[in-house]
Amino acid sequence: MPLLTVRNLRTRFATDRGTVNAVNGVSFDLEEGEILGLVGESGSGKSVTALSIMRLVPDPPGRVTADAMTLDGTDLLRLSETEVREFRGARMAMVFQDPMRSLNPVLTIGRQLTEVLRRHQKIDGMAARTRAIELLEMVGIPSAEKRLTAYPHQFSGGMRQRVMIAIALSCNPRLLIADEATTALDVTIQAQIIDLVKRLTRERGTSVIWISHDLGVVAGLCDRVNVMYAGNIVESGPIRELFHRPSHGYTLGLMRSTPRIDGQGPRRLTPIEGMPPNLIDPNPLCPFLPRCRVSVGDCRVRPPVRRDFDGGHWAACLADLAPPGPPR
Amino acid sequence: MSALLEVDDLAVHFGAPGARDKVKAVDGVTFSVERGRTLGLVGESGCGKSTTGYALLRLIEPTSGQVVFNGVDLRALDTRGLRRMRRKLQIIFQDAHASLNPRMPIGDLVGEALDIHDLYPGAARAGRIRELMDMVGLASHLVERYPHELSGGQAQRVAICRALAVEPELIVCDEPVSALDVSIQAQIINLLQDLQERLGLTYIFISHDLSVVRHMSDRVAVMYLGRIVEMAGKDEIYASPAHPYTKALMSAVPIADPDADAQRQRVILVGDLPNPADPPSGCRFRTRCPIAIARCAEIDPIQQPLGPQHWAKCIRLAEGT
Repeated sequence: MPLLTVRNLRTRFATDRGTVNAVNGVSFDLEEGEILGLVGESGSGKSVTALSIMRLVPDPPGRVTADAMTLDGTDLLRLSETEVREFRGARMAMVFQDPMRSLNPVLTIGRQLTEVLRRHQKIDGMAARTRAIELLEMVGIPSAEKRLTAYPHQFSGGMRQRVMIAIALSCNPRLLIADEATTALDVTIQAQIIDLVKRLTRERGTSVIWISHDLGVVAGLCDRVNVMYAGNIVESGPIRELFHRPSHGYTLGLMRSTPRIDGQGPRRLTPIEGMPPNLIDPNPLCPFLPRCRVSVGDCRVRPPVRRDFDGGHWAACLADLAPPGPPR
Repeated sequence: MSALLEVDDLAVHFGAPGARDKVKAVDGVTFSVERGRTLGLVGESGCGKSTTGYALLRLIEPTSGQVVFNGVDLRALDTRGLRRMRRKLQIIFQDAHASLNPRMPIGDLVGEALDIHDLYPGAARAGRIRELMDMVGLASHLVERYPHELSGGQAQRVAICRALAVEPELIVCDEPVSALDVSIQAQIINLLQDLQERLGLTYIFISHDLSVVRHMSDRVAVMYLGRIVEMAGKDEIYASPAHPYTKALMSAVPIADPDADAQRQRVILVGDLPNPADPPSGCRFRTRCPIAIARCAEIDPIQQPLGPQHWAKCIRLAEGT
């Protein structure tokens, strides 16, 4: 049984201009120990999907519905506010892009680490302190014991994000969601954090949802990817299948518009023309149709249907993009 | 081909006069750019790449060094001379929205650039504005719109349009696509390339994104803590990086291809950037360098030539290691 099951997740926000359909019927499974990438551009619904799972969407104006959303057999949508607070931190945890805004600037690092431990694990101050030192050492912060009394502003961006990961993993959650967790960091620091997440999750069997707009980060870290556009998953598959046989016009568009450091990319980039989709009044046909370079006649007539390929790879696209044969 | 811009031993130090702990944001940077070419400046936060860009235009006054543009020493110009010279040297920034006056419609924002330098006065002005907007792919109905009505990509086009209005020869591009989604990023990259080809522009392209820099540049300079540590043609520096920092930086950049990514040798650096007010002695990279030896703390490395257009500053290279 998968650790996390999401079926037909819809998250809408009531605004003055109408209802924004931020997430539009998303379904996926996350296996135990799996690292799943969620890729897409601003407004694609990847962060709102994560917040919906964490039950962090404020209602009102938000409204989250799903046919099913279970973590480890528990229906997340039926948990009371008190129950969900027990769940967050202990069973599922989240790391955000900007660690400075997630950490309390007037509390020491040690206090913020022990707070979570004492809240969820009912251990005394001394035991929590010992555990906090272990956690800081685990995420590679040198002279951990001395650092407990430091404040967030005394840490660099990379170190703050390590602290956030230490807090997130402190109660051994089954699910870790990282939302653009390395986007604000320099590449050499990003490489350190990715390495850390890989090692820790493998050691502990934690399942991860890794949200990023950066295809490269996802390619190097994840087992599987969901590509999102306009609140829908438009393509999903194991990492190699998806990168070698992109089968949705949007996935292909993303790849063609991204320059590559190894010089293997196109000489001239092919941008995705046009504007991001309107989430208030969504197109009943393919949401990507107005910007698609590979659309076929059928795309203007009927909505896309899901087409399945090998190894659990699928795409909701009517254009026949994936060439036959195994990945190279 | 002659160099359009020559920068010699440029330094920008921040801090009160006479203070001991000056932040040496830029410390002895030397390079030149040929007309019609693009020099990429890459490095991580705090390496001094943006400060270098600003100092070239004297938006930040250099502490010492020379900046010679088309044979003119920019540091010797008075205010009026500098203003006249700025027609030839323009800059675009990462956050285009922040660089546009929110109370001015797009047409006026572009027109303002013309007015400052008395270009296309009177009846010719409106036509020139339309022409410039067309050049950067902005629809003419946007003339009366305000910046808040524009998307990030459109705002960056307006910023480029303003820079182009004065017919510059060189544009400093400071992270011009870093805040944009990849699909929009590609539109702006293509636009900058087209404009360069059409108008013979010279670019200093500053970015932390090594993939974008490779795509845009002819030559690349890698900066670390205020200094250029390696410089080469773009293919050479990416194919055979010599400085240990360049190697680590290159290997840290993810590739959107799981197989290519898995085959690479990763060099993961330990630790963070040292305090720029108190940089390490000798080689500034030595505190994070995987191949540093005791002598690296004593010797300030000089340029080691590695090819006709390729050099790096590392004493370990001279040993033939």
